[in-house]
Amino acid sequence: MKLKKNIAISESGFIFNPEIGTSFTTNSLGVAILKQLKEKTSLDKIKDSIVKNYDIDPITCEKDLDDFLRIVNQYNLLEEQS
Amino acid sequence: MKNKKTITVAVTGLNAIDSPGPGIAVIRGLKESDFFNVRIIGLAYEILEPGIYMDELVDKVYQIPVPSSGFDVMLERLKYIQGKEKIDVLIPNFDAELMTFIKLKPILNKMGIKMLIPTKEQFEERLKGELNKFGEKLGIKVPKSETVFTINELEETLDDYDYPVVIKGKFYDAYIATNIEQAKIFFYKILAKWGAPIIVQEFINGNEFNITALGDGKGNMLGAVPMRKTFLTDKGKAWAGISIDDPKLLKMANDVISKTKWAGGMEIELMKEEKTNELYLLEINPRFPAWIYLANGCGQNHPEMLVKFLMGETVDPIEEYAIGKMFIRYSYDMICDLDKYEKMSIHGEV
Repeated sequence: MKLKKNIAISESGFIFNPEIGTSFTTNSLGVAILKQLKEKTSLDKIKDSIVKNYDIDPITCEKDLDDFLRIVNQYNLLEEQS
Repeated sequence: MKNKKTITVAVTGLNAIDSPGPGIAVIRGLKESDFFNVRIIGLAYEILEPGIYMDELVDKVYQIPVPSSGFDVMLERLKYIQGKEKIDVLIPNFDAELMTFIKLKPILNKMGIKMLIPTKEQFEERLKGELNKFGEKLGIKVPKSETVFTINELEETLDDYDYPVVIKGKFYDAYIATNIEQAKIFFYKILAKWGAPIIVQEFINGNEFNITALGDGKGNMLGAVPMRKTFLTDKGKAWAGISIDDPKLLKMANDVISKTKWAGGMEIELMKEEKTNELYLLEINPRFPAWIYLANGCGQNHPEMLVKFLMGETVDPIEEYAIGKMFIRYSYDMICDLDKYEKMSIHGEV
């Protein structure tokens, strides 16, 4: 899973997709996840870093991460899977 | 730039209303030219076009006859105006007037008035009723559409379409009808306002994108900026928009301009189908769009480039533009003295 390379991520949580001109807002954790996706970090590593830095168990983390990624996909921010 | 050359440019489309003409946006670009000091002659059809009263943008205004008055009437008026003003360049900004200016072009050229506008053939082949053929010629997908003149033809045509369907006027207006009764209402509404023919077009569900582009008439694209409308009025006009980065859109603009050898400004309206991500050509407007000032804000001053080209200056094509620049329109009440309105009413100039 990879974020489209031209997606602009601001530290404030403002996300801009320049290809279609849409924008979204997210929180600091969302920014951290999107940045890692942009760097092609694996989902397992992203999940591990969240579990390590936040008070959350691995199962809940996986579920929440799945929900977040589904939204990210709906917003057309991910590269199409070949 | 010091010692800017002073030139006179006539501009139509001063109707900066809720469904605005492009004139004021074109004038703003010209007034911000680094190359020319531009004196603006406004050409207005109605005496309440807001641009008439914008003294900081328009130096002199003349009322001109509506296109339906005929070629000769328009020519006489333009001769009168040219006798008083030395117009170097004229930029028409209405679809409905363009055919008159295409016919007048050789005569106006002899009078010293230059225009960068499409030919009659270019103008006609992108007409809404001809768009399917145009798409085939250029290898661009176009929603299925047909031209109808009567209510019986509309009913027969609708048998071949699924709902919703788009009902469009030949120059302006488009409505989405979800059943035959709505389609008939829109047919009569458009017929009363703009006349026949009416266009029935397949509805494509997706996101609409627009491109403003400038062609030199020799197949070169001098500039192009794509945008997505982010806020629409109830008439479907852009009240806000944002410049975007999509090479596919720019390639399509380049293809259209190079294959048609388009001369002047154009607006390409496209729909990206949500289901397939395929691009469909909805319309080509043969002039600058009302949002042309966004291109200026993105670093491409198309009205200035057009004038430079006509005045024989070198115009290098520009490919770069700022992405993520937004425009937002606003309403503004001007306070005007009655004497200006009086002069326009009585003398047709101010």
